[in-house]
Amino acid sequence: MTFALFAEQLLNGVQLGVMLFLMSAGLTLVFGIMNLINLAHGALYMLGAFIAAAVANASGSFLLGVLVAVPATGLIGAVLEMTLLRHFYARSHLDQVLVTFGLILVSNEVVKLIWGAVPLRFALPPMLDGAVEIFPGVAYPMFRLAILALGLVVAVALYLVIMKTRIGMWVRAGASDRAMAAALGVDVNRVFVLVFAAGSALAGLAGIMAGPILAVQVGMGEPILILALVVTVIGGIGSIKGAFIAALAIGLIDTFGRVLLSPALGSMAIFMAMAVILAWRPKGLFPVHG
Amino acid sequence: MADTALPAIDRPGPRQVLRAGPWLKLWPVLLVLLALATVPVVATAAGEPFLIRVFTRIVIFALAAAGLNLVLGFGGLVSLAHASLFGIGGYVVAILAQHEAEAEPFGFAPLLLSGTSDLMISVPLAVLASGLVAAAMGIVAIRTGGAYFIMITLAFNQMLYYFFVALQRYGGEDGLQILGSLHLAGLDVANRVHFYYACLVLLGLVLVATQRLVDSRFGMVLRATAQNERRVVAVGLAPLSYKLVAFALSGAIAGLAGALMAVGQQFISPVDMAWIRSGDLVVICVMGGLTVVVGPVIGAAVFLMLELVLSSYTSHWHLPFGIIVIGLAVVLRGGLADLPRRIAGKFGRGERP
Repeated sequence: MTFALFAEQLLNGVQLGVMLFLMSAGLTLVFGIMNLINLAHGALYMLGAFIAAAVANASGSFLLGVLVAVPATGLIGAVLEMTLLRHFYARSHLDQVLVTFGLILVSNEVVKLIWGAVPLRFALPPMLDGAVEIFPGVAYPMFRLAILALGLVVAVALYLVIMKTRIGMWVRAGASDRAMAAALGVDVNRVFVLVFAAGSALAGLAGIMAGPILAVQVGMGEPILILALVVTVIGGIGSIKGAFIAALAIGLIDTFGRVLLSPALGSMAIFMAMAVILAWRPKGLFPVHG
Repeated sequence: MADTALPAIDRPGPRQVLRAGPWLKLWPVLLVLLALATVPVVATAAGEPFLIRVFTRIVIFALAAAGLNLVLGFGGLVSLAHASLFGIGGYVVAILAQHEAEAEPFGFAPLLLSGTSDLMISVPLAVLASGLVAAAMGIVAIRTGGAYFIMITLAFNQMLYYFFVALQRYGGEDGLQILGSLHLAGLDVANRVHFYYACLVLLGLVLVATQRLVDSRFGMVLRATAQNERRVVAVGLAPLSYKLVAFALSGAIAGLAGALMAVGQQFISPVDMAWIRSGDLVVICVMGGLTVVVGPVIGAAVFLMLELVLSSYTSHWHLPFGIIVIGLAVVLRGGLADLPRRIAGKFGRGERP
């Protein structure tokens, strides 16, 4: 492996990692705090990509697409939480799997009804379309660098919000002991809506970033959902730090696994890593709950 | 998560009388099998032979769901890995047939086997392979338990899915067509009616065995574990090994269903292993009722009929179907099997969970 290839794959891995982190942050908080398995998280990722692509295509402005789609997915998440998912916190995991599975079917079909079954065009903004030379002789697509930078900024911002603010304190309190947090006067309902909306918006953002690279199509949320679940499980459910470290690790393992191993083994690398980590630590690397 | 400080809550099961006429409990199974046995006769008489194809699908899905229900309904484990176990069963049959057709031995240098299209060999091998993979998965997944179990089985399902997508030798993404003629000791598997009855007999055997199993001591422990694992541990049993055996058996049954699917359609592809299919199997179990052995059969019939009817009205049938699934989750806390207890609760008897 040459240095140029190594550097490129390293950047690809980290970039996949930050995108996975955006997905996993919401997933792990919703699970850690509300004890809800949200299989429909990938649907929000898909909706983010579709809304952004539709707005960008209609207005000609990529930025406008992003500015509309992120709050829109947050709002959709909040509405889902308030109307439907709220009633499932105390239910069995089976009921949660069922209802979110139903949501996946519905959202895929709704997207198909609105935008059709063919992938949607989602062009890069001219500013980010192109490559830069990061090292002498190593060119890297500008848009991927932008994703990387944006992902890291969001990760740092999320870390600061959760570690340094009052809302973050409530969230952490809720994640480690829900009943105690409620007893100490945290408005649990409001925190739940907030966390759900924020998680949905992050999933939407991840979808927007992935859209121009992968494809904006029905069902695009499901493969990334599985990866995000793997990250969540490895990191320890409810742990933001765990999600960040696991996301980077999974991003790198997946990227290098595909380059270094045979196709069949490369596509299994992250799952084998997961099996090894869980055999060693069944509650993930950074367990929040005991 | 269940073994932390949370108070133990029993999941109420149906009233069971120990050892009260063990064979008497089989009558719902026999009734359902009898009803299914009339299908080819009725379909032929009505001049609707395509119904035999539909019901073959129903029987095969019922078999896969019956496998899942062993862990989901009786063991309380929500597995999303069963589509992949189903697929492995199908791939074993298809790969062996492929090797025979190509007259190329199978395996690695010291251990060479010739391929085969004899279902007497390939179907048991398919069952064995799925059971072994399920056992290996179970060793990692069951130890973690709770919601981790759901996510890990989901991840394993996708791992196997991607594995077969990447396996160019056996068709990769396009799947594997069975070209040779499969045969089963004098039975014509290409004949729709014969094949239907073969599937039905296997379903019957599995259902009877499942009923006997869940009423046995093993099944008692398994069901007790689903209701309250800590008490089972307190009694001095090791629930993990019970769950692991149940999971391996469950995977083997799913593999059998997959093998039959591959035989029936002469084709298997990674699409049959996608995790959405695992979700479908869970929905089938819940629709039919989780704590009864015939539940998956009823669920499969309802599910596939619903699919048939809805898709005849609109190509967007997933939309009403998804809404039905959501409604099922909202209204029926724990499936159709829960309905009598809920109705009893409405009239003041019994207690709502």
